[in-house]
Amino acid sequence: MSRPGRDDAPDRLYTLTQGRSSSGPDNPFDLVTLVVAECDPVPGMQSEHAAILRLTERPTAVVEIAAELKLPVSITRILLSDLLAAGRVSARHPRRAAVPDPDILEQVLVGLRNL
Amino acid sequence: MDSATSETHTASETRTPLGASADNGLKIVVVGGFGAGKTTMVRSVSEIRPLNTEETMTQAGEDVDDTRGVRGKTATTVAFDFGRITLDAHNVLYLFGAPGQERFWFLWDRLFSGTLGAVVLVDTRRIDDSWYAIDRLEKHGTPFIVACNDFGGPAFPPEQVREALDLDPHVPLVGCDARSRESSKLVLITLVEHIQALYADPARAPRQELV
Ligand SMILES: Nc1nc2c(ncn2[C@@H]2O[C@H](COP(=O)(O)OP(=O)(O)OP(=O)(O)O)[C@@H](O)[C@H]2O)c(=O)[nH]1
Ligand SMILES: [Mg+2]
Repeated sequence: MSRPGRDDAPDRLYTLTQGRSSSGPDNPFDLVTLVVAECDPVPGMQSEHAAILRLTERPTAVVEIAAELKLPVSITRILLSDLLAAGRVSARHPRRAAVPDPDILEQVLVGLRNL
Repeated sequence: MDSATSETHTASETRTPLGASADNGLKIVVVGGFGAGKTTMVRSVSEIRPLNTEETMTQAGEDVDDTRGVRGKTATTVAFDFGRITLDAHNVLYLFGAPGQERFWFLWDRLFSGTLGAVVLVDTRRIDDSWYAIDRLEKHGTPFIVACNDFGGPAFPPEQVREALDLDPHVPLVGCDARSRESSKLVLITLVEHIQALYADPARAPRQELV
């Protein structure tokens, strides 16, 4: 089993995120936030940022990005915050409510039954 | 699972992208003891080969309700796998196979945040492996059902399993074969129906017993 990020020297991960070691509670990216690229990669861009933009031509969840890049989720979240702040990606966050929307639950059931 | 992650290039080239209109990610967590069949169930229903990733905790006091497990800034890393089910043009369900061990409690908190509900997979030969998972779910108020994975051992009567798990009478208990797509699908449907019933009328505990 491959453990993304495991083979990376900690200092590589440190460099990737300019030393920020935690994505923190205020990071808006949920595991299943769907990320969509708003532009193409440009030359000279940090290679992980470019890789994310290529991956997210179609909506792609944060966990899938992390798995594809073989980076821990926390590092992926930091990279995504940078891209979001620069307007290079948009984020479709899960609709969260204190209780699940009954319409959504019904849609989930219909979807599962149709599998 | 090994092949799913060791052949990243192949995996990337054959990635099945979501439709452009997908905008709502949903989560269901599959928990259970070592070898209970979590990855197998995720694989059975997923439209992608299960992927593996990890979450790292590097700081103390990061929105946790109990910091005993975190010593200073020790980094702790937990791997988990997940699969995906496209439900319709907007909704995408992610299924997480989460480690059920006690030392991973902090990851559970994170995974459970915003999770629709959980499937507790039980290997009836090792029922006590699931006590901890059920404990955490009850504490979180996360809706869950229990699915007994059939490993071909002696079949235990449902009442006996319920008693061993000290299961609330309204929590559905089903049998399943995690290797079967149809069976795993039924487990998920049972969970979502249970969630619906819970939220439709929280005062009324659903009476239906499913085994
Ligand atoms: N007979 C039988 N075998 C199963 C079933 N589900 C899983 N297995 C087998 O049990 C073994 C463990 O299954 P996994 O899916 O890897 O279990 P897991 O819960 O992901 O294990 P860990 O991640 O290591 O905790 C595998 O060899 C599966 O093929 C089942 O329903 N019936
Ligand atoms: Mg597993």
